[in-house]
Amino acid sequence: MVTKNPSEQIQVLTRKDFVSEEEVRWCPGCGDYSILAQTQRVMPDLGIPRENIVFISGIGCSSRLPYYMNTYGFHSIHGRAPTIATGLKSARPDLSVWVVTGDGDALSIGGNHILHVMRRNVDLQIILHNNEIYGLTKGQYSPTSPLSKVTYSSPMGSIDWPLRPLAVALGAEATFAARSLDVDPHHMVETLKRAADHRGTSFLEIYQNCNIYNDGAFEEFTAKEVRADRMLFLKHGEPMIFGKAEDKGIRLAGLKPEVVELGKNGITEADILVHDETLEDPTIAFLLSRMDYPDYPVPVGVLRAVSRPTYNDLMEQQIAKAIETQGEGDINALFRQGDVWEVDQ
Amino acid sequence: MTTLTREETDPHVQDIERVTIRFAGDSGDGMQLTGMQFTRTSAVFGNDISTIPDIPAEIRAPQGSLPGVSAFQVSFSSYDIYTPGDQPDVLVAMNPAALKVHLPDLPRGGMVLVNTDEFTPANLKKAGYESNPLEDGSLSSYRLFEVPVGTLNSRALRDLGLSAQEVDRSKNMFALGLMCWMYSRPLEQPIKYIEDRFGRRNPKVAEANIKTLKAGYNYGETTEAFAQHYHVPKAKLAPGFYRNIAGNELTALGFLAASKLAGRPLFYGSYPITPASTVLHELAGFKRFGVKTFQAEDEISAIGSAIGASFGGALGMTGTSGPGIALKSEGIGLAVMVELPLVIIDVQRSGPSTGIPTKTEQGDLLQCMFGRNSVAPVAIVAPQTATDCFDMAIEAWRIAIKYRTPVIFLSDLYLGFGSEPWLVPDFESLPKMDPNFATDPETFKPFARDPETLARPWAIPGTPGLEHRIGGLEKGNIDGNVNYEAANHDLMTRLRFEKIARIANDIPDLEVFGDQEGGELLVLGWGSTYGVNRTAVQRARAKSKSVSQAHLRYLNPFPKNLGDVLKRYKKVLIPENNMGQLLLLIRGEFLVDAVGLHRVTGRPFMISEVEAKIHELVG
Repeated sequence: MVTKNPSEQIQVLTRKDFVSEEEVRWCPGCGDYSILAQTQRVMPDLGIPRENIVFISGIGCSSRLPYYMNTYGFHSIHGRAPTIATGLKSARPDLSVWVVTGDGDALSIGGNHILHVMRRNVDLQIILHNNEIYGLTKGQYSPTSPLSKVTYSSPMGSIDWPLRPLAVALGAEATFAARSLDVDPHHMVETLKRAADHRGTSFLEIYQNCNIYNDGAFEEFTAKEVRADRMLFLKHGEPMIFGKAEDKGIRLAGLKPEVVELGKNGITEADILVHDETLEDPTIAFLLSRMDYPDYPVPVGVLRAVSRPTYNDLMEQQIAKAIETQGEGDINALFRQGDVWEVDQ
Repeated sequence: MTTLTREETDPHVQDIERVTIRFAGDSGDGMQLTGMQFTRTSAVFGNDISTIPDIPAEIRAPQGSLPGVSAFQVSFSSYDIYTPGDQPDVLVAMNPAALKVHLPDLPRGGMVLVNTDEFTPANLKKAGYESNPLEDGSLSSYRLFEVPVGTLNSRALRDLGLSAQEVDRSKNMFALGLMCWMYSRPLEQPIKYIEDRFGRRNPKVAEANIKTLKAGYNYGETTEAFAQHYHVPKAKLAPGFYRNIAGNELTALGFLAASKLAGRPLFYGSYPITPASTVLHELAGFKRFGVKTFQAEDEISAIGSAIGASFGGALGMTGTSGPGIALKSEGIGLAVMVELPLVIIDVQRSGPSTGIPTKTEQGDLLQCMFGRNSVAPVAIVAPQTATDCFDMAIEAWRIAIKYRTPVIFLSDLYLGFGSEPWLVPDFESLPKMDPNFATDPETFKPFARDPETLARPWAIPGTPGLEHRIGGLEKGNIDGNVNYEAANHDLMTRLRFEKIARIANDIPDLEVFGDQEGGELLVLGWGSTYGVNRTAVQRARAKSKSVSQAHLRYLNPFPKNLGDVLKRYKKVLIPENNMGQLLLLIRGEFLVDAVGLHRVTGRPFMISEVEAKIHELVG
């Protein structure tokens, strides 16, 4: 491998350098276009040579993304991207590894792997395109589809209770959990950068509109004209205030968040919960992960970002320690250990 | 210790060529350790040895119960041996349950040594005996030796101030001492072992073990109970440095060696499963060699991680047993499609589904050959002895790297847990391998192929200018872009198929033991039946029968000369621990009317069973 001076290379890279020759085959109007564009836009800012970036995906519409990135890429099998990424990152901690997945890929068939990659805190990014539907298989309900959702496989409505991806991540001990949305490119770029900068598993859910099988799934709170009133843009160290007029906030009543109006009933900014993404205790992050419209504004941004040793670092440390305490392995000596004897001529 | 070696003039010492002893007791009785120490003593003495443990599936079944019986069989001889023996000559039964489970394997006239202290009404009941076999005459056709091992052991240790439990734990050493006397083994080795193991940490326990070991030896020497003891002369092993080692341990060593020979780090992703877990344990202990092990959340993750590691340029491996191969099928298919080097270990065990995890079988051959969707050929190698595990491990990686393909290393429990002397090689004498990574952006095409091997380039992340995408979707020939065209898919299917077939140009011809020019009968096998087949063929040839043996270490593709070899014999017999899987392949590919011999008891064949079939076929 030739190691080039990274600073020399990065400056010349632009978004276009990350666009591959493959023709993009998503349906026109799909939210995935925006996610692809923002991902390509973020890449040059990361300061990582293009050849050291790897995108790994499973199966589904979202999982086609690696083909469109002019980096190393691996479009694998359904649900298994975290396992391939774990092996790659363990073998090659020098690489920047990105997992691209969807609600079905990550939370249904790949449910087991998504839990374990997060608890291990392998240093990689997971970008979950959540469209609350199976797109590639043409419109069946997914593990994030709301109850009663009518689809081809649930003509009388889905009887499956949905998962909340961020609650799953927090339950699986994720050190970084965040959410963004396809229709807010600026927010997505910022959140992608935060995910890239975090050491450990960064879990980023992105609301993504499937305009064919689940059009407008998020529109009632993501539409531009209502977004400010119906979504909560989390900022570390700042009170959880939302609304066009910045007149509403989240107050904690015991262990229950409640929406309050500033200036009413004597409520001031001092009553509003201040967002602290670095809290070791995930309780408040978990409360945020369960806030749904219309009862609450839907939180986006970084819910949790805490520091914990990464799996790949610990693996390297054990090897270094073994070499330090036992010396570099001598294979001939290893062959001759144990139950040995010599037979003379 | 002047009396510890055989006196040449002793008229009570009888020379014999080969002895097989089975040590059986409760799983807490230390039978594995006793057997291993006896083996070590015999190996150092200069005998050829072969062993197989018989471990219960339950970790600690109720004491004295039938499922709780643990056994270890060792065969030692003055000539080359290939199996741990069909039936034991001697059964050491530490309790009634051990006697009940193992007596059926002891031939009439065999020696059975029982620990009478354990033959209490309660224990007899637990073992399902209605009357005491020591008293009811049911053992009259065996040479029965009744030894109150527990009592003699306690007596030997009574002045040491040990707890009753500590005393009881030493009683296996009494049995070991007695067997050492019986077969004229010196006690230096077991004493050294006890000192190494307990000496510093627990000198009192060490003292107790040594004391009771000697007491057992002296009991044989002084009591009148045993009219004779035996001497098995040294075998003529080739000079060199030997190690008594089990197949799974050698598998791990072989894969470590492969990694060093290729100059690439080894990554092993695995989910614990009997009988493959010891490979994971071994490799996890090789961190100072840079080996990375990953205990995955399931079998699927294990192979996924290995594929990821191989994509990154490491030697990515996974290991499991049959049920795990079923779960890994999808991952193996992916590796076939992306054409990355990968090695999958299958240490076969018994039965479909969970089956019998601690028993052996050869039931996974067809699963490994065909157990994937569509046309997804992989290379398969199969070690034939415990020591062959080392050589075939290196061979598996040579093929995987050169042909950019998954290779299945098809072992089994009998090979993995059985041990035999390994003539330790010098690492420097082993052939190096070249991973031959692609580096040139000018010429790189992800699915361009080497004209000879049809292997595609291995272009690892971190290489500037070679950024490319691989995946499970069908790819265009040469350019590697997603491609659904009919002609391309047909071509790619044929290329993947042909690539595996061409490995036949690169592996040794099948060798024949016996009549090279042909004859009446060829006994063809694969995997762990090697030793049994060899011994049965040797015995038939000693009776001037025209019987030869060939054993396949490469199952896909077959050696190029296999078809020619088969044609030289009037009859072909294929003994397998399954219902005829190699048989199906041989009949299908070569139109040879081979006959099978099938045994699926969870145990290896007995030599006598193969012999009987040979006799039936050639008279």
